[in-house]
Amino acid sequence: MNEALYAQPRFRRSGDAALTIELGDGIDATVNARVVDLDQALTARALPGVVEIVPTYRTVLVCFDPTVVTRREIEAEVMALWPPAPTGQLRHRWTVPVTYGGEYGMDLDWVAQRLDTTTDDIVARHGAAEYRVYMIGFMPGLTYLGGLDPLLHIDRRPSPRLTTPPGSVSVGGQQAAISPPIAAPSGWHMLGRTPVRSYDPRRERAPFLFGAGDLIRFRPIAAAEFAALERAAEAGEIIADKEELRT
Amino acid sequence: MSAHLEVIAPGLATTIQDLGRHGWQRFGISASGAMDTVALATANALVGNPANTAALEITLTGPVLACTGGDIRFALAGTDFAMTIDGREVAAHETHDLKAGQRLSIGSARDGARGILAVSGGFAIKPMLGSVATHARSQLGGLNGGPLRNGDLLPLATPGLLDQPHRMLSPAHRIRHDGPIRVLLGPQDDAFSAEGITTFLTSDYEVTTLSDRMGYRLDGPPVAHAGAVGIVSDGIVFGSIQIPGNGQPIILLADRQTTGGYPKIATVISADFPRLAQLRPGERIRFQAIEEDAAIALARELRRRLDRIADALIEIHRNVEPTSEHLLASNLISGMISALE
Repeated sequence: MNEALYAQPRFRRSGDAALTIELGDGIDATVNARVVDLDQALTARALPGVVEIVPTYRTVLVCFDPTVVTRREIEAEVMALWPPAPTGQLRHRWTVPVTYGGEYGMDLDWVAQRLDTTTDDIVARHGAAEYRVYMIGFMPGLTYLGGLDPLLHIDRRPSPRLTTPPGSVSVGGQQAAISPPIAAPSGWHMLGRTPVRSYDPRRERAPFLFGAGDLIRFRPIAAAEFAALERAAEAGEIIADKEELRT
Repeated sequence: MSAHLEVIAPGLATTIQDLGRHGWQRFGISASGAMDTVALATANALVGNPANTAALEITLTGPVLACTGGDIRFALAGTDFAMTIDGREVAAHETHDLKAGQRLSIGSARDGARGILAVSGGFAIKPMLGSVATHARSQLGGLNGGPLRNGDLLPLATPGLLDQPHRMLSPAHRIRHDGPIRVLLGPQDDAFSAEGITTFLTSDYEVTTLSDRMGYRLDGPPVAHAGAVGIVSDGIVFGSIQIPGNGQPIILLADRQTTGGYPKIATVISADFPRLAQLRPGERIRFQAIEEDAAIALARELRRRLDRIADALIEIHRNVEPTSEHLLASNLISGMISALE
């Protein structure tokens, strides 16, 4: 049994219209898999009055209309299905092209210096790992990844930058992230940029590419390929390669 | 050309809002939507629209709008704003007609912070992800994903009601609640010392000027954490009160980030969400923790009020002598004066 995983869910009240269900401690793939399972099980139950379900690293947030359903009823539903069955959800393995360093990754040199290694070593280590998508949050399509090489764990900036480039590929603490094509504040370190659009409101049926449980690999590309792929993405093409996985 | 509202001046922060974009928070999209849903329901009911029809949310200082291509009927609800049609003063909480070529100027909020201007028939704007609510950071909603700008032409759907009697909201229903903002403790009240929770529940906090639809930053006695300031990021709801390292509370609102890593000491009860919408920078507030059953009872009471909003509307007949029933129904209070102009 994984020590991070709780035997029983911990219920945390979030006002009269939401409930936070905490399933484990810390950032852990087993805990996050349980989050995905509970999210799927509750979504499939389609309880009247439930407005929205939000899976995160280790919690499932259930938002509801308190005039239709109460926290106690939702807790009873969770206990009735506990533990949630593994979903066998369809997942995807994505290959995401990245241009590292220079104007694309303004912190690459600094990170290499700080970790007392070369930029090539940083790129090789960042590019060799397979990452799990833990959650999408904070802003549209911002993709939080676990699975970063421990040698690349590095404290976040003491004060966040007010703006960072769209599509940034970054690291912070034990995590990695892919930014949506929106300039945004961040306290993480920018290693590179991808022309892939994790969020594009013009893709009306599927504005988001990645979901919790998906796997991500990075593929280094030169600036010329970045420019070509960016034009394709601008034209609406999905430029990340996708494989389907059954679990 | 069909009827449009042309934006002559956009006002401080005027956006198109409906009841919000739900079901997408798992992808980082905040719900957005009207901050004061009672005002949205009231303004829409006055002009005969379904409750979720998109309208203009106006904050502190309103826009100047010119009507082109046809006549429209509108009403403003929420807080009271100074408002004129071609220089003639008109009242909030009742319907008015704006004829092609006329100009509507909305000045300053007189009491709270936000009003909703609904137009009969609503705006002809294409929903994105199921809603037309403006959320600037996601580049979603409204005319072009942001607040109104000079020169914008807001297209109107087919206006209705122009031949119907005008209506007003019964003054008895224009309630502005005072008293503390009510909360339920949690989800992370265990991240604070007993002393920190006492500070939070017994101190006055000022709504600072660093306050917008995303959240209100408060200023007052710092709330002490029990240990580490960070948690593993989790989901945030309307009314979540997070306490960052400096101990100053932030109330998160309609345009909030969907997840965050600061512990949340308490959550405002849903019945008090519309009150949050009306807080002004500089205003002082206090929090009161109540029981969950009381919060649910207040949520049900608000729901009943919204379901019966149509019963709170009174027909008015301008340019005619008022009947005695009409005067009685209106309790002869100030709203009547402008209704009889």
